[in-house]
Amino acid sequence: MKFTLSWLKDHLDTNATVAEIVDAMTMAGLEVEHVENPAEKLAAFSVAKIVEAAQHPNADRLRVCQVETKDGRKEIVCGAANARAGLVTIYAPLGTYVPGSGITLEARPVRGVVSNGMLCSGAELEVDTDGDGILELDASLKVGMSAAEALGLSDAVIDFEVTPNRPDWLGVAGIARDLAAAGLGKLIEKPAPSPKGAFKCPVNVVVERDSGCPVFAARVIRGVKNGPSPAWLQQKLKAIGLKPRSALVDITNYLSFDRARPLHVYDVAKLTGTVRARLGKAGETFVALDDETYEITPDMCVIADDKGVLGLGGVMGGKDSGVTEATTDVLLEAAWFEPLKIAQTGRATGINSDAKYRFERGVDTGFVIGGHDLATQLILDLCGGEASELMLAGEVPAPPTGFAFDPGRVKSLAGLDVSGKRAKEILIALGFTVKGDDKRFDVTPPSWRRDVEGSADLVEEIARIEGFDKLPANAPPRANGFRAPPTGVGESRLRLARRALAGAGYFECVTWSFCEKKHAELFGGGSEKLVLANPIASDLDCMRPSALPNLLRAAQRNLDRGRGDMMLFEAGPSWSGDTDADQARTVAAIWQPRPKRSWRGAEAPDVFDMKRDCLMALEAMGAPSSLQAGPADAPWQHPGRGGSLRLGNKVIATFGDVHPRILNALDVEGPAMAFEIKVDLIPAPRAKATHAKPALEKLDLMPLTRDFAFVVEEGVAAADLVRAAFGADKQLVADVILFDVYRGKGVDDGKKSLAIEVTLQPREKTLGDGEIEDVSKKIIAAVAKATGGALRS
Amino acid sequence: MGSGDCRGPFRMDAKTNDLAALEADISARIAAATDEAALETVRVDALGKQGAISVLMKTLGSMAPDERQAMGPKLNGLKDRVGEAIVAKKASLVEAALEAKLAAEKIDVSLPPGPKRIGALHPVSQVMEEIGRIFGEMGFALEEGPDIETDFNNFTALNFPPKHPAREMHDTFFLKPDEKGERKVLRTHTSPVQVRTMLKQKPPIRMICMGRTYRKDSDATHTPMFHQIEGLVIDEKTTMADLKGTLMAFIKAYFEVDDVAVRFRPHHFPFTEPSAEMDVRCDRSGGQVRIGQGDDWLEILGCGMVHPNVLKNCGVDPEKYQGYAFGMGVDRLAILKYGMPDLRDFFASDARWLKHYGFSPYLTAGLAGGLT
Repeated sequence: MKFTLSWLKDHLDTNATVAEIVDAMTMAGLEVEHVENPAEKLAAFSVAKIVEAAQHPNADRLRVCQVETKDGRKEIVCGAANARAGLVTIYAPLGTYVPGSGITLEARPVRGVVSNGMLCSGAELEVDTDGDGILELDASLKVGMSAAEALGLSDAVIDFEVTPNRPDWLGVAGIARDLAAAGLGKLIEKPAPSPKGAFKCPVNVVVERDSGCPVFAARVIRGVKNGPSPAWLQQKLKAIGLKPRSALVDITNYLSFDRARPLHVYDVAKLTGTVRARLGKAGETFVALDDETYEITPDMCVIADDKGVLGLGGVMGGKDSGVTEATTDVLLEAAWFEPLKIAQTGRATGINSDAKYRFERGVDTGFVIGGHDLATQLILDLCGGEASELMLAGEVPAPPTGFAFDPGRVKSLAGLDVSGKRAKEILIALGFTVKGDDKRFDVTPPSWRRDVEGSADLVEEIARIEGFDKLPANAPPRANGFRAPPTGVGESRLRLARRALAGAGYFECVTWSFCEKKHAELFGGGSEKLVLANPIASDLDCMRPSALPNLLRAAQRNLDRGRGDMMLFEAGPSWSGDTDADQARTVAAIWQPRPKRSWRGAEAPDVFDMKRDCLMALEAMGAPSSLQAGPADAPWQHPGRGGSLRLGNKVIATFGDVHPRILNALDVEGPAMAFEIKVDLIPAPRAKATHAKPALEKLDLMPLTRDFAFVVEEGVAAADLVRAAFGADKQLVADVILFDVYRGKGVDDGKKSLAIEVTLQPREKTLGDGEIEDVSKKIIAAVAKATGGALRS
Repeated sequence: MGSGDCRGPFRMDAKTNDLAALEADISARIAAATDEAALETVRVDALGKQGAISVLMKTLGSMAPDERQAMGPKLNGLKDRVGEAIVAKKASLVEAALEAKLAAEKIDVSLPPGPKRIGALHPVSQVMEEIGRIFGEMGFALEEGPDIETDFNNFTALNFPPKHPAREMHDTFFLKPDEKGERKVLRTHTSPVQVRTMLKQKPPIRMICMGRTYRKDSDATHTPMFHQIEGLVIDEKTTMADLKGTLMAFIKAYFEVDDVAVRFRPHHFPFTEPSAEMDVRCDRSGGQVRIGQGDDWLEILGCGMVHPNVLKNCGVDPEKYQGYAFGMGVDRLAILKYGMPDLRDFFASDARWLKHYGFSPYLTAGLAGGLT
């Protein structure tokens, strides 16, 4: 919302500067967004008069004007159709920056004629949006007068934001009250007019129960003359960006901004029968002042006459019942509408009018009649005519009720020392009724402060007017002991994984939690439960089942920019459903390998690099070393070149090549590899009785190694063979390394040879040949049992 | 000796037993040896069983005592000198052989090594660790909550009246309604974690939470997903002055400045009363924001005393307990400290940005040596 300094001074007797006012507003809770001083912006522009306007010799649309300016007579080329002799307008000398067009004027010939300045439109000065012709000013204005003065724009305009709890700040008078309470001046309280009714209100007004409009104050003023409003009113509206229309409309707009009191005026000649506030009916429509047709629904509050809908109550009036220059009898409405109903209607229709903005936040219930009286008086003053008696349909909602308040709460809640006397003074200045001694008050909020419901609200009122800058700062607390971990185990695991993977060459990404539904489906997600009803874009419409699609797409985007060999990871959430338990912490990583050539021979990253990095991240997160390798498990995996790491029947991680079909669907160029770890499935560390590590077993006897080669079926997993060898003698077998995989001559088709080196660690004495022979037999038997493999001869 | 004028391969005058000539001859051959094999031949010829010196030594026994007394020391002296000369020569031959080998092994070490594989942490992760560390030092526990929330936890419990315009300001993402017509939301702030914590834990409470939050908004300073950090303290006597002191300590630690002026400005949030926004002193001259100096203000967070209705909604007695809450944007804190120009880049996964603004995995956040 905007207001001007002079407007504020209608309500506040102050000598404060604009800067002081802005500062006081800020510290009272009004966020000032912008202060504009048009006098500064328009300093170079002044009033000028066209003496002569001749056709340009070389251009049909241009005129060469002789202009009387503050710099003497100037020849100026002008393209406006309304440039004519005798016109008083605004002139800009050479060198002026024209804000509306963003150019600085230079002496340049226009089709052969040099223009020594410029005549300006309202749009070029940014005073209105009219760019069709140059400004047409009152002929009595003196040449040389500053443009700001001539246009009535010498006032500073303050643009600010109002929080939704303070609808009273949507009127300049409300702001003045807070500034006065903050000590910036004296509130000017004007006597309330009480126009006398000369006749009974000839239009019958009714409010229906539960219509959303509990009260409707009405009066007919007959015999009005509705022309342009006086200059002072037009200037006020223009200064805050409103377009003057006619005196009657301008008065309602004026009070909306002056007193946060929206009003509406109907042309009595266009009304039929009773005016009624009621709920809408299905199938009704109406054309609003904005020329749009709206469909009415039964949860909207409408104002209607016997013929149909006149307007959406408190939101927007109708085109057909509005006032015009021809209006002579006018029905003035001052009503009160339920905020929720207004908000709902606003949402449904998309209308965001000044009236809706105020009613949905809550208009002062105590100023329905007062506002009506004030508007009536203004109409009588500006448009003449004769007013009827006030007709009040319905009942004004009850004022807020009072409650007890201990002013000591200011100290105990805000930490601010404020005496009871001072607290009382502040509340009274803000319009509260306060009774009782300085120790305990009975406080009744004013009718415009329905946001104040209890002690905490009063503490805020007192503290903010006393000044938040007076709040002391207490020393911060210290951690009270070391027992409580600052981080949960899941979160600290992600931290460890991040540092481990970044150390191994992966770059951490943070990608959207959503992805495209059809991509989610490819990764095992896409459930209706996870589809957004209102996505920001159609390709971000589903909570992701995995970060992998986003990472793969990111790698491709980088490749498209000439940056290949992307190793990316993300440690964050993914979803399998919409319950709390369905949100899983995952570590996802991808590698789209594009190894560079090297004089040492290029690397050839493959699935086993991915497996290594996956295991490394798992180890960093404290996963047990007993994970078992299994086949591919996730839908994104290449069925033959992907695997899983399991603990019992739980798949903790998956790794491998990305399925070519998936790459195709994501428009990602292969090869690409990935792994994904379900962090929450890693068992939590067990609480131990002692932090001491088990004693170190340092065996002095030399370990010895023996090699074995087994012929097994092609389908046998190497890990099964290794595990069997390991388990053959738990005392002696210390390590098993698989060092060769062979297919070809000497090995039957459909079979392969796997060679292992087994390390035997003697424990008590050096092993004799017989003992080594015994262990070998055990290993051969165990491998045969587990894999069906036989020692290669 | 009589058997000739020759001792092994060495020449000597038998008459005079000219040891000097023998020594000169042996020395010349040691010097001439070019490898260890040649040197070994010299050693055997001089000191071996049948070597010239060994043979002479054997003659000592048959000499007259006075002759033996004269010859003995001479011969022993000769034997020692020759032995030492051979050892010295051998060492120099080994050294020369190593030098020759090293010279032959020389390579061009200016060739590039294999590719260096080192990645980086996303600034959001780094900043969250920094923040967690600072509040951890002040005894705040880290709480967590899901991103998909109920309307109750995200709004109603936090004193947003149903259909109130304040809800609209949050530009909420909704999931599709369930069988009962209830629709879950993507949390618009981390405040629902306050609700969850109060519902499961009795005061005193001192917690923070950090995570992803969502609003349907997209421009240079807004993204549909962003990160927040939330703090909550509930006990019987915590005041706004405690809030101010704690936040000032945080700002100093996070921005690593010795002192910082802050300003509390009245504001409105449904879930706090009184409510404030906190500004910090900053300097905007020169295109970059410097925190802690200058004469400008920068809005940094929202905070206030927890609204009695929120306490009630979360099962905490507002007559007995009170406390504060605060919330701020993690991405914004990252931008203010590390100077990224555009929020949207945080979520674009552009390799150039990740390399430039990312953090070394070895740079862990710590208070003792500074956070960065």
